[in-house]
Amino acid sequence: MMASSYFWRGLRIVLLLLGAAFVLAPFVFMVSTSLKPQAEVFSSTLQLVPQQWFALSNYTKALTRIPMGQVLLNGIYVCLAIVVFQILFALPCAYALAKLRFRGREFVFGLVLLGLLIPIHAISIPLYAAARSTGLLNTLSVLIVPFLLSVFAIFLFRQFIKSIPDDLIAAARCDGLSELAIVWRIVLPNAWPAASAFAVFSVLAHWNDLYWPLIAISKTELATPPLGLLFFRAAESGDDYGALMAAAVVITLPLVMFFLFAQRMFIEGMTMSGLKG
Amino acid sequence: MKHSFDPNEVRAAYWLSAPALLLMLVLLLLPTLAVLVLSFTDAELGVPQVNFRGLAAYADLLNDSTFLGAVKTTALYVVLVVPASVVLGLGLAMLIEADDLFKPFFRSVYFLPVVSLLVAMASVWQYLMHPSIGPINMLLNTFGLSSVNWLGSSDNVMGALAIIGIWQTVGFNMVLFLAGLTGINRDLYAAAEMDGARSAWSRFCVVTWPMLGPTTLFVLTISVINAVKVFETVATLTQGGPGKASDVLLWVIYEEGFVHLQIGTASAMAMVFIAVLLVLVLIQTRVLEKRVHYT
Repeated sequence: MMASSYFWRGLRIVLLLLGAAFVLAPFVFMVSTSLKPQAEVFSSTLQLVPQQWFALSNYTKALTRIPMGQVLLNGIYVCLAIVVFQILFALPCAYALAKLRFRGREFVFGLVLLGLLIPIHAISIPLYAAARSTGLLNTLSVLIVPFLLSVFAIFLFRQFIKSIPDDLIAAARCDGLSELAIVWRIVLPNAWPAASAFAVFSVLAHWNDLYWPLIAISKTELATPPLGLLFFRAAESGDDYGALMAAAVVITLPLVMFFLFAQRMFIEGMTMSGLKG
Repeated sequence: MKHSFDPNEVRAAYWLSAPALLLMLVLLLLPTLAVLVLSFTDAELGVPQVNFRGLAAYADLLNDSTFLGAVKTTALYVVLVVPASVVLGLGLAMLIEADDLFKPFFRSVYFLPVVSLLVAMASVWQYLMHPSIGPINMLLNTFGLSSVNWLGSSDNVMGALAIIGIWQTVGFNMVLFLAGLTGINRDLYAAAEMDGARSAWSRFCVVTWPMLGPTTLFVLTISVINAVKVFETVATLTQGGPGKASDVLLWVIYEEGFVHLQIGTASAMAMVFIAVLLVLVLIQTRVLEKRVHYT
């Protein structure tokens, strides 16, 4: 019994380590290659530790060939603005759908479900035309405006707010709170797990999105990280993998660091927004 | 059924949902309507003359080899990525959940690709898959196997993109399955064992798999929807090539609308794309209602 238990526990670890090696390999090679000179990248030996350290040169290129700091700041600014507006607009509507009785409630909820089906990719042409005629192309605003409303946020918050006890809201009303005050002072604190789950989901989606920035932005200094990396790739002529990997490290690091510090929030957030969605 | 509404409550509800509804109208519903209208025309970006063509654009799509190719290529990508990433996600979740040793460590490791910038990691995979200096081919060579032209040959490119897709999505599926697994009542396993389910496999068949039904269906649907939306890796690495071998739906729609500027045709393609998503969600709801229920 004991021996068999040790065998299975050992087998579990071995299998999980093998899988982990496959998952982590790209990260290991990314960092290793970012430290190497081009000659070593093109040599036919498989060695992780560089013989000649070229980190300074590669990372200097990564930071200067495109305005990398600006690109990262753009990404952070755009993602934060989007998530704040999305919660701001979705929460009151979700509260109305979950707790208030009014004519047309089913119709509004039907629109939300319909909206869930329509991705930005499908409606990018009219959005592009609208952005062009309003002069918004090549501004940071154009990266934010199409995403001001998330129907998914309304859907997720509605599910969550339904589980808040009616008594709590009735009590707040008796205390003389307005409905808007109830949303921000009673519902938001109680729906915080849903809000942070949605925030993780939203930031991951928009930090990674390439489709819309590719359409709406053509200036390097306005690029978000995915588009910035495309500009970086276009700016280098040959196969300068050392510099490209250094750029990949720099551009991947912020969110990965954030993840490592807030792992529970990330995993629980993605689980919740995943399963409720 | 009571139909008396409290007027104060109704007024509050309208005010609270008005901003969201207005945005929904401007950012979602009107654009969708515009795509629908454009899909009946031969509109070209920057050309003022627009002719109404009715359903002709849709009829043309049925003979458009690029579009039909894109449907096939996207379907191939879905078939390559979804089964592997769902089965691996379930397997990993069960392995991780089986014991407490290093549980949080492995969970974080497998989740790491989900929080990495896909465009950056695609660039890394491009290096790993480089035909001559790529570590994957070097590894194959040391085992006496010949090199593979991963992204540069039209036979292999979808397989190579699928490997990247599986690598990126497996961790997400894993955390969803982990949530499903922790939701299963432990007593069910003891009960199944008493009823004669001695082996781990029979307990899986009797308890785990049926109880995971709704989670599996959900993971399957979201995996298919995400695979249908593949764009980032194609835009970064292959741009539809070599030839048209990796022309996936979103890439073709993007090229038609924003490179060739044929927004009429691109809109018809976009409507088909929405229809595909609609069908997928309808299938999910149908199956959810009929088959995957438990008490």
